[in-house]
Amino acid sequence: MKATTRDVNDIAIIKVDGKITIGAGDQQLRDVIAGASSKKILLDLSGVTTIDSSGIGELVGSYTTVTNKGGKLKLLHLPAKLNELLHVTQLITVFEVYENEQEAINSF
Amino acid sequence: MRGGSNLMERDGERIEITISSRFENIELVQVIAEHLCENAGMDEDGSHWIGMAVREAVANAIKHGNKLDVKKKVNATFELHGHELAITISDEGTGFDPEKVSDPLNPQNLMKTSGRGIFYMRTFMDQIRYSFEAGGGTSLVMTKNLAKGTGIASGKA
Repeated sequence: MKATTRDVNDIAIIKVDGKITIGAGDQQLRDVIAGASSKKILLDLSGVTTIDSSGIGELVGSYTTVTNKGGKLKLLHLPAKLNELLHVTQLITVFEVYENEQEAINSF
Repeated sequence: MRGGSNLMERDGERIEITISSRFENIELVQVIAEHLCENAGMDEDGSHWIGMAVREAVANAIKHGNKLDVKKKVNATFELHGHELAITISDEGTGFDPEKVSDPLNPQNLMKTSGRGIFYMRTFMDQIRYSFEAGGGTSLVMTKNLAKGTGIASGKA
């Protein structure tokens, strides 16, 4: 997994590329989000090639961590298969998901 | 499905692989599952979801069954009989009570960071069944009728 962060206004936009799977990116995702420069985080998942239940768990854990600190974690550009995994586990109701970056930025 | 003829040609196909308990080996088993399904005529999405079920099963076998002991093995067997694919994942663990696995859709479990692996397997496969040997060792048999189409795309979820 590779993560690239850029700041727009006071929002940390984190683009994740590669795998978020057990032993390969799950822990890394948690660290990247914990170290983000802002409590307002937009996670661009367009480059995620593979995710498993551990990766989904890390997304949930990251959401809880950020929310408990008074921040917001929102998702951008969900790949179709990741979208389906969130749907079947009903987690899609938890996350705010955007397809348009500007719209996502304006929502914070 | 790209057509049923490949399925008949592949009747009786059997593939077996044994790996040591390392997470980096999970993908080897997943790729075999996906290729076998695609070669049997399953479409890319259907093959992907079966591969995902296999990934979850092998991850559980390594983590919960063999408790990350690299000396312990995980065995995966793929058998194709007609349209029916049977996948067996075995580890050297002491087993668990499948009845006690919590439902990840229960609102009180929704925000848990773990506990979705078996749910995904049930979603993407037709049937999953665990068996436990008295002296140790857990086997999971997952079946899928490849002619019925894919898990979530078939409206199962």
